[in-house]
Amino acid sequence: MGMEKYEAYVRRAKSSLTYDPGWSRDNHTGGWRAERPVVDHDRCTNCLICWLYCPDESIDHDTIEINYTYCKGCGLCAAECPVDAISMEREAG
Amino acid sequence: MVMKPKQVTCTEHLNPGNLACAACTEVLGFRHALKVLGPNTIAINGTGCLAVVMQMGVPKVPHFHVLFENAPAVISGIDDALKAMGKRDEVNLLVVAGDGGTADIGLSALSGAIERNQDFIYICFDNESYMNTGGQRSGTTPFGARTSTTPVGRAVQGEDRLPELRKDLMAIIAAHNIPYAASTSIAYPLDFMERVRKASTVRGPSYIHCHSPCPTGWSIESSRTVEVARLAVETGAVVLYEIENGERRLTQKIKKKRKPIREYLAPQGRFRHLLDDPEAIEHLQQVVDRGFAATLASMS
Amino acid sequence: MKTEFWNGNMAAARAAQRARVQSIAAYPITPQTHTVEYLAKFVADGELHARLTKVESEHSALSACVGASSVGARTFTASCSQGIALMSEVLFFAAGLRLPIVMAVSNRTLSVPVNIWSDHQDTLVNRDTGWIQLYAASVQEVYDLVFTAFKIAENADVLLPVIVAYDGFILSHASEPIVPISQEEADAFMPPPGQGTWPILDPDNPQQFGEVLFPEWYPDFEYKKHQALVGSLGIAAQVWREFGAITGRTLTPIDTWFCEDAELLFVGIGSMMQTTRAAVLGLRARGAKVGLVNIRSFRPFPEQELRQALAGAERVVVLDRDIGYGTTGMVYPDVLRALYALPQRPIALNMIIGTGGKEITPQTIERCFELGLEASGERTVLWPDARGPEEGIPYDESIQLPPAPQPGGCALNGGAG
Repeated sequence: MGMEKYEAYVRRAKSSLTYDPGWSRDNHTGGWRAERPVVDHDRCTNCLICWLYCPDESIDHDTIEINYTYCKGCGLCAAECPVDAISMEREAG
Repeated sequence: MVMKPKQVTCTEHLNPGNLACAACTEVLGFRHALKVLGPNTIAINGTGCLAVVMQMGVPKVPHFHVLFENAPAVISGIDDALKAMGKRDEVNLLVVAGDGGTADIGLSALSGAIERNQDFIYICFDNESYMNTGGQRSGTTPFGARTSTTPVGRAVQGEDRLPELRKDLMAIIAAHNIPYAASTSIAYPLDFMERVRKASTVRGPSYIHCHSPCPTGWSIESSRTVEVARLAVETGAVVLYEIENGERRLTQKIKKKRKPIREYLAPQGRFRHLLDDPEAIEHLQQVVDRGFAATLASMS
Repeated sequence: MKTEFWNGNMAAARAAQRARVQSIAAYPITPQTHTVEYLAKFVADGELHARLTKVESEHSALSACVGASSVGARTFTASCSQGIALMSEVLFFAAGLRLPIVMAVSNRTLSVPVNIWSDHQDTLVNRDTGWIQLYAASVQEVYDLVFTAFKIAENADVLLPVIVAYDGFILSHASEPIVPISQEEADAFMPPPGQGTWPILDPDNPQQFGEVLFPEWYPDFEYKKHQALVGSLGIAAQVWREFGAITGRTLTPIDTWFCEDAELLFVGIGSMMQTTRAAVLGLRARGAKVGLVNIRSFRPFPEQELRQALAGAERVVVLDRDIGYGTTGMVYPDVLRALYALPQRPIALNMIIGTGGKEITPQTIERCFELGLEASGERTVLWPDARGPEEGIPYDESIQLPPAPQPGGCALNGGAG
């Protein structure tokens, strides 16, 4: 999960220990998922409610595709979708 | 005011890969707040879940995890230093903290910063207990709730201090004659963003209280977190309103017939021990009714 | 510059003003209060272009300083005693963030019993927070140390906060003739404020501050912080030499006084070392081979310099105006460390004097001298000015408590008359 980067940051620190933005991208939280959201694009009205409620920015604003690298499978998108266009499916394994 | 999700900017100021629990509403609220405030923001984060899950560079804006209780003091120093150096106009100063950091350990620092008319926006994500340390009760824990320090036992079941004594942060902050304060909920993001926008136009302190259910601490199915937040408003347990220069206004319409409090409590494991006790439910209903009526009566 | 007649609090405030501080946050506490009042007046009179954040506690005072310094401002605060105790958490925080905040401390003991007078307990219990700690022995030193502290703290190889400590009332409230530095000289000596090279909160270069570091790498960071503090000794000495070139007053990490032929050497910090000088002169006049070492930089600790200064002594008496309960005074162990590497170690005694502001006179020091010559070294911690210990002052048994008032009687209303 990119933990080893702490070493580079400590080495870099001349005084205060500060971190660059964006290093969290190494945390592929998609691995936490028990269920995955699947979008039925035929039903989807592109209202963006799912996108708005996603805490993890895992729904693409333009395409309403799920980013499974980071999606934790919380199911908020499916629960909030007003037209039931998102279903939660069990992850294999 | 932005009326539809489509009108919300697609620019994100958080990087993916945060280590929060699934369906974390604090992360969601922080995401929405930064959408409004934009990149010229310095975010001061009092200790709490949010500070921890923002680690490894999640925010794209300068982000400073300070101590548990001193975020309002740190932002005061920043505000004054930037003013002394002639750089204050360039930046939004934001504090994000939890209810423990706001209602309990950090209350005097917040009170002082407001009284000094420091120019900053303070957002309290209220999940009604100390979630970062595993869910201990706080000054905003509601009556009856099970937390790790208000367990359900034979002698006492959940939080048992008088419901009237629960800290009403909005009232405490309003008593400072703050220029702007708003009670918001994570279930109403467009309203929340509008309140943050208004707060950002204030020269001086502004306070946003955001009701933020915690799926982990409240034992809610993660997918129902927003629904629970919405039920809090629909039952009247949480009232959304703003105080602008002393003028109080409801910001969310309330149906004449409010939903019974049981509907809000039922999806939450922390109230499970009360659900088979009609007397307790009736008691909680009365507590909510009284609080709701008092808040409504206080509107301008 | 013409000579001024200032007390220690004014000297600290004037020094901060000369350094062109931009941000000040402080909370009143006796005997520091005047420092903040003076600075408020300078700001109100337009003599100082700074913001004074009038916080609601000392915890918030140092927290506001952390905020100000983390956006690059030159930052100053002042406190003491209970105030520093309340700040304690933030002391570690500021040092860990490597922010060059300067704090003036008018030393005062801690309650209870309630006592507003001077000893070094308040700063010494915070000796391990990562701050540089400098102790002034005179009001001129308060001025010189506070002023130079900014340049030491902001040095790119240091970037640590600095405490300049001076005895409450004895220095904070007593006025002495002071020669200030002119603003022109100050500006030539000191880099302009707000130009710091330390990492700051800047939307144009967003960084994350104050986040977690896991055990695997924690020692690496602690080592760096420690090394910066150790290395600041040489940088402070350099800054003080530059300052001396302008003012003719060169400060040093330690002062030595009649060390060459001394058989007994006093070691200590703060204004009591000025009293000790007077006592040493008196004792010398009577033929005693005695001298002293004044430690000005307590953190970092000038081990080498001290060892060299103490090398010839047969007896070393460490004066501590503080007590590490259950062990020794807090200066003593560090002096022992300096002595340990000597091939011929002297007898080293620790004398606890002047706690809670008990007056230290030349006679007190003479008593310490007598005890220092007599002591076998078996008992190391002695309390010469306390009632109770064998070597201390006997209680006056003739002083008796009045009879306790009878319940329901009139004794409390002065009935005895």
